[in-house]
Amino acid sequence: MSEERQIQLEVLRYNPETDLEPRFQTYSVPCVNEWVVLDALNYVKENLDPTLSYRWSCHMAVCGSCGYMINGEPKLGCKAFIHEYGDHIRVEPLAHFPIERDLVTVVEDFITKFASVKPYLIPKEDKPISAGEFKQTPAQLMKFKQYTLCINCMLCYAACPQYGLVPEFLGPAAISMAHRYNQDSRDGGRDQRQEVIAAHEGVWECSFVGACSEVCPKHVDPAGALQQVKVASTIDWYKEHLMPWSKK
Amino acid sequence: MSSKPYIREVSKTSWFLSQPRYKRYMAREVTCIFIFAYTFLLIFALGSLANGPDAFQEFLSALRSPWGVLFNLAVLVAAVYHSISWFSVTPQAMPIQRGEEFVPGNLIVNAHYGAWAVVSLVVLILGV
Repeated sequence: MSEERQIQLEVLRYNPETDLEPRFQTYSVPCVNEWVVLDALNYVKENLDPTLSYRWSCHMAVCGSCGYMINGEPKLGCKAFIHEYGDHIRVEPLAHFPIERDLVTVVEDFITKFASVKPYLIPKEDKPISAGEFKQTPAQLMKFKQYTLCINCMLCYAACPQYGLVPEFLGPAAISMAHRYNQDSRDGGRDQRQEVIAAHEGVWECSFVGACSEVCPKHVDPAGALQQVKVASTIDWYKEHLMPWSKK
Repeated sequence: MSSKPYIREVSKTSWFLSQPRYKRYMAREVTCIFIFAYTFLLIFALGSLANGPDAFQEFLSALRSPWGVLFNLAVLVAAVYHSISWFSVTPQAMPIQRGEEFVPGNLIVNAHYGAWAVVSLVVLILGV
């Protein structure tokens, strides 16, 4: 039988219609050790307080919906096991995002930035479907495979102090995804993406704190991607200024 | 979407106190100040060299004073910490792919330590 434990779940609440500022509300939740924090939130919603608002969907670290600050650390609610915590767990909305209601944040800024890097394949040349597929070797795939694992959970934005201080910063996930397509042998859209990611509010706002990679639940290593973008952008600059005759 | 989402302000002056990883980052960044200061020392050394052997001798004896030794020790500690913290992240910034595999990160880090040792040895031999 699974061991049961009484957990004090402290949740940040905010109702935009009645509250001027957020406040903490504590629920006493009987938790099974195999549970994750998301299970505890579901218990509250189903048994104690149906007004609690939070996002979640797949419960298996694929959809990227259930990112919260758990004891001050950006985590997926579905990957934060109760047995890793004491009897008191504090859950807050992801840092650096405005609070919509309770644990639900306003994510439009992230979505706009993500779309701005054209996170899709831009083929080098158009070819008819009858000409067959774009082929790729396993080695060419390995060059960017790690970056395809991003689930857009935004934990990296909540961990990044630079995004908190400079909200214009394009941020870790968006730049990593641009890097993913730039590294793809089938893609020809690098010049279009560089205009956005090599700008001042792009990769140069990053000071390599490295927090994004530490909290990433899928081991994408956005910090690594950003440093590689810096190296590539620097090479571009030197090529442009020292070898104007060479094509980028 | 609600009409008034709540915005949590981030403190411009004390944000780095909120997490140990931010403090580690700031420690790495602070080491730059020591390295910056040391570049001034080198410029000052060149200046005194230009002013003749007496001025340079005076500069050298100032370096041997307790304050001079203390300053150099502080810079050495900061520079070592700075180098170690950057070496440890080189595999992220400069991954090397061989076929379908990536060269293990510790190999890249160790190569940096090796290069550091060789350069230090050369400087030591030139200095003796």
